[in-house]
Amino acid sequence: MTLFDLKDGECATVQAFTGEMELQSRLVEMGILPGIKIRRIKTAPMNGPIELKVRGYHVSLRQDDACNILIQQ
Amino acid sequence: MKINTQKSWVALVGNPNSGKTAIFNLLTGLNQKVSNYPGVTVEKKIGTAHFNDGNQFNLLDLPGTYSLTPESMDERIVTEQVLHWIHGHEPPNTIISVVDATNLSRNLYLTTQLADLGIPVVVALNMMDMVKDEFSINLETLATDLGIAAIVPMSATEKWGQKELLDALQKSIAGETAENSFPIFLNDDIAKALYPLKEMFVEHLNYNERLANAQALRLVTRKSTLEIYNDLSANGMAKDESFMRTLRENRQAAVEALEDVGIKHRIMEATLRYEWLDSVLTTDRVHIDAKLTEMSYSEKVDKILTHKWAGPAIFVLLLYFIFQSIFTWATVPMDWIDRGVGWIGNQVLQLLSAGMLRDLLVEGVIAGVGAILIFLPQILILMFFMTILEDTGYMARVAFMMDRFMTRIGLHGRSVLPLMSGYACAIPGIMSTRTLDSWKERLITILILPLMSCSARLPVYALMIVAFIPAVQVFGFLNLQGLTLVAMYFLGTATAFILAKIFSIFIKVESKSSFVMELPPYRTPLWRSVLHQVFNRGKLFVVNAGKIILAISIVLWFLASFPKVEEVVVNENPIRTSYAGKIGHTIEPLIEPLGFDWKLGIGLITSFAAREVLVSTMATIYNVQSDVDDVVQLKDAMKSDLNPKTGLPLYTPLVALSLMVFFVFAAQCMATFAIVRNETNSWKWPLFMIVYMNGLAYGASFIVYQGGLALGFG
Ligand SMILES: Nc1nc2c(ncn2[C@@H]2O[C@H](COP(=O)(O)OP(=O)(O)O)[C@@H](O)[C@H]2O)c(=O)[nH]1
Repeated sequence: MTLFDLKDGECATVQAFTGEMELQSRLVEMGILPGIKIRRIKTAPMNGPIELKVRGYHVSLRQDDACNILIQQ
Repeated sequence: MKINTQKSWVALVGNPNSGKTAIFNLLTGLNQKVSNYPGVTVEKKIGTAHFNDGNQFNLLDLPGTYSLTPESMDERIVTEQVLHWIHGHEPPNTIISVVDATNLSRNLYLTTQLADLGIPVVVALNMMDMVKDEFSINLETLATDLGIAAIVPMSATEKWGQKELLDALQKSIAGETAENSFPIFLNDDIAKALYPLKEMFVEHLNYNERLANAQALRLVTRKSTLEIYNDLSANGMAKDESFMRTLRENRQAAVEALEDVGIKHRIMEATLRYEWLDSVLTTDRVHIDAKLTEMSYSEKVDKILTHKWAGPAIFVLLLYFIFQSIFTWATVPMDWIDRGVGWIGNQVLQLLSAGMLRDLLVEGVIAGVGAILIFLPQILILMFFMTILEDTGYMARVAFMMDRFMTRIGLHGRSVLPLMSGYACAIPGIMSTRTLDSWKERLITILILPLMSCSARLPVYALMIVAFIPAVQVFGFLNLQGLTLVAMYFLGTATAFILAKIFSIFIKVESKSSFVMELPPYRTPLWRSVLHQVFNRGKLFVVNAGKIILAISIVLWFLASFPKVEEVVVNENPIRTSYAGKIGHTIEPLIEPLGFDWKLGIGLITSFAAREVLVSTMATIYNVQSDVDDVVQLKDAMKSDLNPKTGLPLYTPLVALSLMVFFVFAAQCMATFAIVRNETNSWKWPLFMIVYMNGLAYGASFIVYQGGLALGFG
């Protein structure tokens, strides 16, 4: 499954990335790598971006990009 | 400001929101200069600070970045700077790597990259006041593992650790840099693939082992690093074309070798560094994973502030509150300034004998500058709110909440911030669009940004509203004056959004965009830091705008006072026959359909320099015109001015409305277009903006005035 399918409030482990390189390199530089545990906190108003908690900090990314992050619950 | 080569100098590098600004202010006090990086408009802050023994050193604040890979503009600057340093071009004596102690691994990622450079690194472990009992990491061991000079725990807000930081800096400058090996383990496959690149760096560029490994790793991971070397070689700092060719070929070979053994080379640097960091910071990782499901303070606050419905509602209310308070709170200090300027004018009148100099001083200089100073309270209040929203971390939430809407109109959640700073001034707003990675989104944001009503329009709105819009209550609780002001801001903003959508359909530029943005924890802003920024921006406004305004006031006074007529015809304005009058009369037919007379015509011309000049222009015109030896109240003068033909008031609420609408849209501030030229690197876009904005302004004013007349207003 992908991060897109994860429900708000649930935890998962990042498995791999698909899609554009720009997104991947940005994510890995911020420490979001395969093997890391994440929690999907919430979805922004108007069905906007997703808020994640990872490595003790919060980061947001778009739902389209969330489809490119493969996870395992 | 040139860096004094005699003095030691120190560079401040860190993640966004790690407290870099707070530490910079703490160390330098008020001894700082803000300028721009050559050719680009990213802010460059240099200050002087003192060691504990009193010796001075220079401190350079670099833009916040997560890594040394050049993705966005800000990061590119840091990366380029760093590359200049390692090629012997004015390297700092020490780097302070600012690390947020509540977010160790991600912050230390950048530190590991800095530690490879061969320049001493001191970590300022900031925000220690937020770390409670859970900190179980041995800092000395960590410093040794990283191969850096020291790690100093501190708190910029509670102001402790500063002395220790300074001591560590001085010690690291005096001491020898230990040449240590690359701390990160490279397995055989990777080491073999990187070997030729590493050797090139050692042999041709004199890098040490550690740096050579680090740069080889970066080069293979991110292709953009090649471009940076290309630029360096164009500057004659790296090697020639044949070196670049070999570098490119070796990189390609390394990439292929890694792909053959199934290593994901594109995320290789981050993977290796984080694996290493996580092994060094084992206790940290355990804590953090355990806290994944625990609700942090910020999460609780965000339950409300970014709530599906409450979030946007609160944001709108907050904006309304800000704009309403600009009007109510500012009245008292504005009154003081008004009276102060009047008093000074009167003093000069009494001190000097009648003559040209006195006229120039009172009618040109004092009246003109005074009319601008009076709006300083409003500008400062707006700046104050903007800075607080930014420093608390709320601005990032606004971007988060608005991204969906912004993408629909072809923009980006991060466009909200530049657009909102456009309410203060378009120029810093346009400059801050550099945080947008996608060129198309950035360009559109720049194009519509001047439609956000900036603080320079505020004087114009304020004058018109105070003079012509009655202060009555509507619906029982809303003040009509405040409502009119909000309407003007709304008109500009709504039009900006519609145009953004239109532009995004017609502008075809290839570019990708992503939205990976940190939502920093809510933090109490440092009042010192906030006031400092407000003060700096206020100063910028007064000094920059003041210069232009002073010059224009004098020119205008001249134009309005000459040629001197000997005999004044009764009931005839002397200014009518002056140079200014002639210019105003020439363009009067063009602006008459908008309800403007020749006096406003002069104002429109002078406001091309800066919008607020309209107010000082009117002040000058009326002061010259009224033969009374006193500084007149501009609004009363405008209100009581009669149309010589009809004998009715010259300026009606409808004219005021038409003028305000004109100012919402018109392209007037020259400085804005100079900045746009800079940022877009061509005259094409600023010219386009001037044409579309002025077209819009004329059309909208025409509709308002003629429509208003047809409906029987005015
Ligand atoms: N609690 C705490 N907050 C801090 C400290 N240093 C900075 N801050 C706050 O963190 C926020 C970001 O700081 P700033 O200096 O603007 O970060 P920059 O983006 O790195 O320049 C501001 O609200 C500061 O008041 C600190 O040592 N402790």
